[in-house]
Amino acid sequence: MAYGPKVIDHFNNPRNVGSFDKSDTQVGTGIVGAPECGDVMKLQLKIKDNVVEDARFKTFGCGSAIASSSLATEWVKGKTLDEVLEIKNTDIVKELSLPPVKIHCSVLAEDAIKSAIADYKKKQTPGSGEIK
Amino acid sequence: MKFPLYFDNHATTPMDPKVLEAMMPYFTGDFGNAASRSHPYGWVAEEAVEKARLQVAKLIHANPKEIVFTSGATESTNIAIKGAFEMYAEKGNHMITAVTEHKATLDCAKYIEKKGGEVTYLEVDKYGSINLEDLKKAITPKTILVSLMHANNEIGTVHPIEAVGKITKEKGILFHVDAAQTAGRIPIDVEKMGIDIMSLSAHKMYGPKGVGGLFVRRSNPRVRLSPVIHGGGHERGFRSGTLNVPGIAGFGKAAEICLATMEEENSRVLNLRERLHTGLSKKLDEIYLNGHPTERLPGNLNISFAYVEGEALMMGLKEMAVSSGSACTSASLEPSYVLKAMGVGEDLAHTSIRFGLGRFNTEEEVDFVIDKVVEVVNKLREMSPLYEMAKEGIDLKTVQWSAH
Repeated sequence: MAYGPKVIDHFNNPRNVGSFDKSDTQVGTGIVGAPECGDVMKLQLKIKDNVVEDARFKTFGCGSAIASSSLATEWVKGKTLDEVLEIKNTDIVKELSLPPVKIHCSVLAEDAIKSAIADYKKKQTPGSGEIK
Repeated sequence: MKFPLYFDNHATTPMDPKVLEAMMPYFTGDFGNAASRSHPYGWVAEEAVEKARLQVAKLIHANPKEIVFTSGATESTNIAIKGAFEMYAEKGNHMITAVTEHKATLDCAKYIEKKGGEVTYLEVDKYGSINLEDLKKAITPKTILVSLMHANNEIGTVHPIEAVGKITKEKGILFHVDAAQTAGRIPIDVEKMGIDIMSLSAHKMYGPKGVGGLFVRRSNPRVRLSPVIHGGGHERGFRSGTLNVPGIAGFGKAAEICLATMEEENSRVLNLRERLHTGLSKKLDEIYLNGHPTERLPGNLNISFAYVEGEALMMGLKEMAVSSGSACTSASLEPSYVLKAMGVGEDLAHTSIRFGLGRFNTEEEVDFVIDKVVEVVNKLREMSPLYEMAKEGIDLKTVQWSAH
């Protein structure tokens, strides 16, 4: 299938590939998707003073899924948590010119961001303990 | 090397330049209608068609009178299944086929089910092979047809055609074989194999697109089939419509070349495939062969690369033309029904690549493909959360995934 130039760019030069220590209390980890669906996204945010300092991702999935998560890591950096939560999957679709069959990739990226922040917030709640 | 390197010879093959040469006269100078009996234009065209009929017949050890020219294997399969169902309606309404057949066969089977027919779909084992005992058990007094592919287009597994032919002969049931992937590639003998009807395609044997053949046995038994396309009664009434003379001439030439070079080419292509398989296996862990290890088409290598996704892999392999077992581009996100039927897990089915080697592939190309595939798989695994988890010792099957 034909991919837009931005998808190809993110696929060939993915930004922020890698992992943070997921036991770090400053790190929120979101893992969404399932192998049998053909995509799994892991997004990690390093958060300080309510601001995303850095981000990493690893994705199993098609080019659009890789591009969506790569773009997400770029967009979240420097934003406050409230700002990050405002990122919508439709923004990703627009930026990458994703075709209708690939919209689920952007949904997955939005879910990964939300899941990472939820994980971070859980870690900050006193008494909740660290997740394993 | 000409990029992208063509490794998709199951989808179609490049036309042999000698085939094009054989076709050329029949476009302009000798453009006659093979059915025109009253002038030399027609005679020359008819002569070309009859020469091709002989060339195609020789390839499969048939009588030239048993070859009907069609637009391709899909049309041939339509005539075989629908034609037998209609012609032998008084004898019975049951056919037997397999779950891994080509869509042409499966859709014809569904069509006859709608028309009151009954179909048994044989299951396959982990190699994509059918079980002959299952076949025997599926036969009823109402069975009129068994339809199987000679070799599978995705995984290359070759069915035991000769053994099936013995069973159908014994029971007096017609046997249709879809030989689109095998004609011109591995030996076919319709007598020895007990085949009654067979679908052939020219463009998968270095011939032109839009032309194919149907073998219809003339004796022991004499097979009759109702036509699907009605008209001027061409091709002994099996398939009306003005004959595609240049295409048929090309098909004949392609068949002749395949027959003359088959033995040599088979071992060459098999060596290339083994080189590719060994090269990949040496440099990558956790890769899995799909299909039968030995009973498979010489040019077929279907491999699952664990922890990477097929479409992304193909995107990284833009220097080569290959095919992915995952139909992720469709809205359904369904992996291949063939791999599924063999019990390949959905995770591995999503990561499969089909390499189809053919006449024009070289060792140099294979070596390039090995290096490139290894590079891209390693890059994608570095990017894969599944690979990371597996390396950490997490059993991916025990993880609670969030479906979406």
